[in-house]
Amino acid sequence: MNISNFLVMRHEIILLVLILFMLVLEVFTTTKNKKKLINVAIGLFLIHTIIGFFPQETASLFGGSFKTYGLVHFFKNVLNFGVLIILLQSADWLRDKVAAYNKIPEFFILLFSSLLGMYFMISSGDFLMFYIGLELSTLPLIALIAYNSHDQRATEAGIKMILSAALASAISLFGISMLYATGGSLYFESIATSLHESNLAIFGMVLFFAGIGFKISLAPFHFWTADVYEGAPTQITSYLSVISKGAAVFILMIILFTVLPVLNETWKIVVYIVAIATMFTGNLFALRQQNMKRFLAYSSIAQAGFMLMGIINADELGISTVVFFVLIYIFSNLGAFGVVQAIINQTGKENMEDYKGLYRTNPMLSLVLLLALFSLAGIPPIAGFFGKFFLYTAAAQKGYFILVFIAVVNVTISLYYYLLPVRAMFLETSENPIPYFKSKNMMRAGLLLTVVGVLILGLYSPLYGYIVELSKNIINPDLLTYLAK
Amino acid sequence: MDFSYTIFILLIPITTFLLLGFFYNRIKPAVSGWIGVTALTIVAGLSYYTAIKYFFYTPKLEGKYQTLYGIKMNWMNFTDKLHIDMGILLDPISIMMLVVVSTISLMVHIYSRGYMDGDRGYTKFFAFLSLFTFAMMGLVVATNLFQIYIFWELVGVSSFLLIGYYYEKPSAVAAAKKAFIVTRFADLGFLIGILLMGYYGGSYDFGILNNPEGAAIMNWASSSFMGLSVITWALLLMFMGGAGKSAMFPLHIWLPDAMEGPTPVSALIHAATMVVAGVYLVARMFPMFYFVEDGYALHVVAWVGAISSLIAAIIALTQYDIKRVLAFSTMSQIGYMMLALGVSKFDGHEGLGYMASMWHLFTHAMFKALLFLGAGSIIHAIHSNFMQDMGGLRKYMPITHITFLIGALSISGFPLTAGFFSKDEILAAAFEHNKPIYFITLFVAGLTAFYMFRLYFSIFWGKKKEYEHTPHESPWSMKFPLMFLAFMSVAAGYISFSEMVTADRAIFHIHFDFVGAAIAVSVGLSGIALAWFFYKKPTDYPEKISTAFGRFYTWTFHKFYIDELYLFITRTIIFKYISGSFAWFDQNVVDGSMRGIGNKTVSFSKLIKGLQSGKLQDYAVAFAGGAFILVLIVLYVL
Repeated sequence: MNISNFLVMRHEIILLVLILFMLVLEVFTTTKNKKKLINVAIGLFLIHTIIGFFPQETASLFGGSFKTYGLVHFFKNVLNFGVLIILLQSADWLRDKVAAYNKIPEFFILLFSSLLGMYFMISSGDFLMFYIGLELSTLPLIALIAYNSHDQRATEAGIKMILSAALASAISLFGISMLYATGGSLYFESIATSLHESNLAIFGMVLFFAGIGFKISLAPFHFWTADVYEGAPTQITSYLSVISKGAAVFILMIILFTVLPVLNETWKIVVYIVAIATMFTGNLFALRQQNMKRFLAYSSIAQAGFMLMGIINADELGISTVVFFVLIYIFSNLGAFGVVQAIINQTGKENMEDYKGLYRTNPMLSLVLLLALFSLAGIPPIAGFFGKFFLYTAAAQKGYFILVFIAVVNVTISLYYYLLPVRAMFLETSENPIPYFKSKNMMRAGLLLTVVGVLILGLYSPLYGYIVELSKNIINPDLLTYLAK
Repeated sequence: MDFSYTIFILLIPITTFLLLGFFYNRIKPAVSGWIGVTALTIVAGLSYYTAIKYFFYTPKLEGKYQTLYGIKMNWMNFTDKLHIDMGILLDPISIMMLVVVSTISLMVHIYSRGYMDGDRGYTKFFAFLSLFTFAMMGLVVATNLFQIYIFWELVGVSSFLLIGYYYEKPSAVAAAKKAFIVTRFADLGFLIGILLMGYYGGSYDFGILNNPEGAAIMNWASSSFMGLSVITWALLLMFMGGAGKSAMFPLHIWLPDAMEGPTPVSALIHAATMVVAGVYLVARMFPMFYFVEDGYALHVVAWVGAISSLIAAIIALTQYDIKRVLAFSTMSQIGYMMLALGVSKFDGHEGLGYMASMWHLFTHAMFKALLFLGAGSIIHAIHSNFMQDMGGLRKYMPITHITFLIGALSISGFPLTAGFFSKDEILAAAFEHNKPIYFITLFVAGLTAFYMFRLYFSIFWGKKKEYEHTPHESPWSMKFPLMFLAFMSVAAGYISFSEMVTADRAIFHIHFDFVGAAIAVSVGLSGIALAWFFYKKPTDYPEKISTAFGRFYTWTFHKFYIDELYLFITRTIIFKYISGSFAWFDQNVVDGSMRGIGNKTVSFSKLIKGLQSGKLQDYAVAFAGGAFILVLIVLYVL
């Protein structure tokens, strides 16, 4: 492997080195010193994130099974940034809670492995690489979900996840094999031209869609979500709801647009139905949740439904709006989960009841949560509003007005439940409020990054223009003209 | 002419908000009050300067006022054609609104220094007022639909915060929530309207959309949906948003409840500025409303306005809470403005309705803010909102009494007051273009005079009550705004609006019609006389009348049960049947296993068994079943 290959696979190789390094460190660190590894790991990951921002050329390796281009590169950086925020937010938890059962380095090793899987997944150029990436990203996550093995809820969540994930993998593998049967290849580029519309191909496409829909928790493949989100440690919940979901949406979109354009008439119907089902499921279940983690779980299901609205556009506009939305969603959701997590770490309270009167005792935390929830709800002029507005426009541009109407109705429903915690924090009083506490610096930095992210994305417009630039030429124009014939 | 300094009209209030909002623990209440007043004085000064400069010193183009931009910048490029701008649009109506908003806001700031004195959240209150002022200013100077929508929502949020200001009171919190939900529901229509307009009209920019020779107006017939042009649908949906903000029937139910907010807030937001945003929106899009599909959407506006103004006036007759009477009166007067726009035409004198609507918006802002602030002064003294607790107050509060009387005369259209002139033009416009609406308007004029003077006589005349504490006149900080607004409630009638704010921007001269004015005045005076007869001294006539009307009176008193109807729909149908069943499913099917864990008596092994035998299979069935149903749908159904 020469140096240019190293540059192309920069993200993957550095992260792999990080993982190995952590493994070695783990062996050579005494139990007493393991807490120091937290800072080391976060520091190293910060360096990795920064290196990621250096520009990269379009290239493909291993006969086309690994591809990288501007948008993928950008998206990997986005994922890095999200993971960095999660790491900052988890530092306290690792130091105070996890240290007790001596599993600190493993946390980083597993989390980085899962992230590595996502890199491969979104860079994949054939279905084999895609599948390996998918599995690599899922399996470490299961261990992380059941990380606190003394907690029955976590163990149960782990079991549920492993079984559901196995089923999803099996189904999507079945779908891929059908696509292989009709397309005669595993390579994305050859499938795109050789695939023809047939019942078998459609069957394969839907099963593939279902498998990846599991990761995005689209209805009706979402049942695991609430249980697992509630049972898992909060930092893993935020990883699942943000990084895992974001990467899966991204690769789903790329595959649908570039590999399966032949079936676009059909997958648009699937996306349409699933989008509506997902929005309603997420919103109607979220309405009466009392547990904050469960509440955010359903809210994230509903948000996934919105992302599909951009996918249905099936064009460059769709790509840029979805990526922009995912970006905003990452910051907003991490902000919300960060506050929930800070409160769980300090007090162990995770019910909406407990948030009453929070503004009196912890004004800064409640303001962060307010901003995050407003962004998720899409109240202008906060970032989330632009994300949603662009998605509406993307769907409207292709004439899906009924879908847009349903989405707007759903946003209005969602506003109701997003305001419930806000009301509890700001307007209601409690005899037993959460007392004032001061978060550690890492946690503060993690929350601050989400706030800055939400504000910048809402107010600094050129970023969207940059994404638009990156989204150009991803859909092969030759392919489109070929298909038109 | 350079108007780029107008950016400060937006920057100053937002800076004040940030300053007071972030440092509200560290700024002394007295200082924060002065900061707010000073900031608003500068903003008002800038607005007046802009108005004078624009109307008198800026050259007109072919005899018409031009559209100028203080600032216009490209903010986000969405596609090649659609882009989102931010900017400051200056034309007659936006400048008029700047003057209205800054004047009323300044008066309310001054007044609040007295009214809110000693309140725990004094600084926070001024911060919210600044936020609202910023949002409202941004709304009126918006250059495009997208910008107006952003500020529109921001105005909604600050209104929500201010209604729920007394958050210890459950009724205030409920009212804030109600206002937010109802207007959000209406904004749903607005948003879809904007999206449709962006797609079929090809732009969000007012200048492009409203050009009578532009593509958006000329090509309205190119696409249709359910028998109407899509552009008409877009306009109707946008009007739905406007109707929600402006409390038009049937989206008015939040306005009476919003009176839970502090009274200065009611005066500023729920009487003079925010609630007329819907009127402003229609006026802003007037060429589109008028030209597209021969004014179909405008016709709807006219009738919604007329019906709202009638219903609100009838309900106002039976209310006892003085702020609620004023709230329904506001709704009724906004109905006037809407119907005046609705009956208007475009060119020259034909556009009388447009001019009258804007004029009434201006005069109404003055006298209704005056009435609310007067009511605040009374509530401040008596500590009650109900007119049964009042009576004979004219002796104790002379200035409040006189100014309130001026306001009441003005809204009743008493000759030579501001309300007389603007209302007269609305009646004239309705008479020329739509006779049925004219008669409704005339009838409402009579009702208005009656309920206003019912209010006036029961508060200031009538039986003298035994008060626990002798009521006394309010401090100067409250009296000064009353006096200033009382002056404006007369003086605003002498501004020649037809030379400034017209539909086609060309000036025309009003022909004063003595017969029409005489009819209107006599209807108003008979309303006042009737109220005098009923309420000057306590009599049993009102009771007899209400018994005579029987069922109708009860209906009216309960605001025609519209609130109850909505509650039935939302609570019973949506929450109980739809969301309830979902919640049941979640609790019993999805959450069942979780609750098992909470139950500590169940042994762990049993629990695992419970998990494995039960729920996960359900999930798997749903997963696989869902996938196969999707396949079936795609392959065989579609």
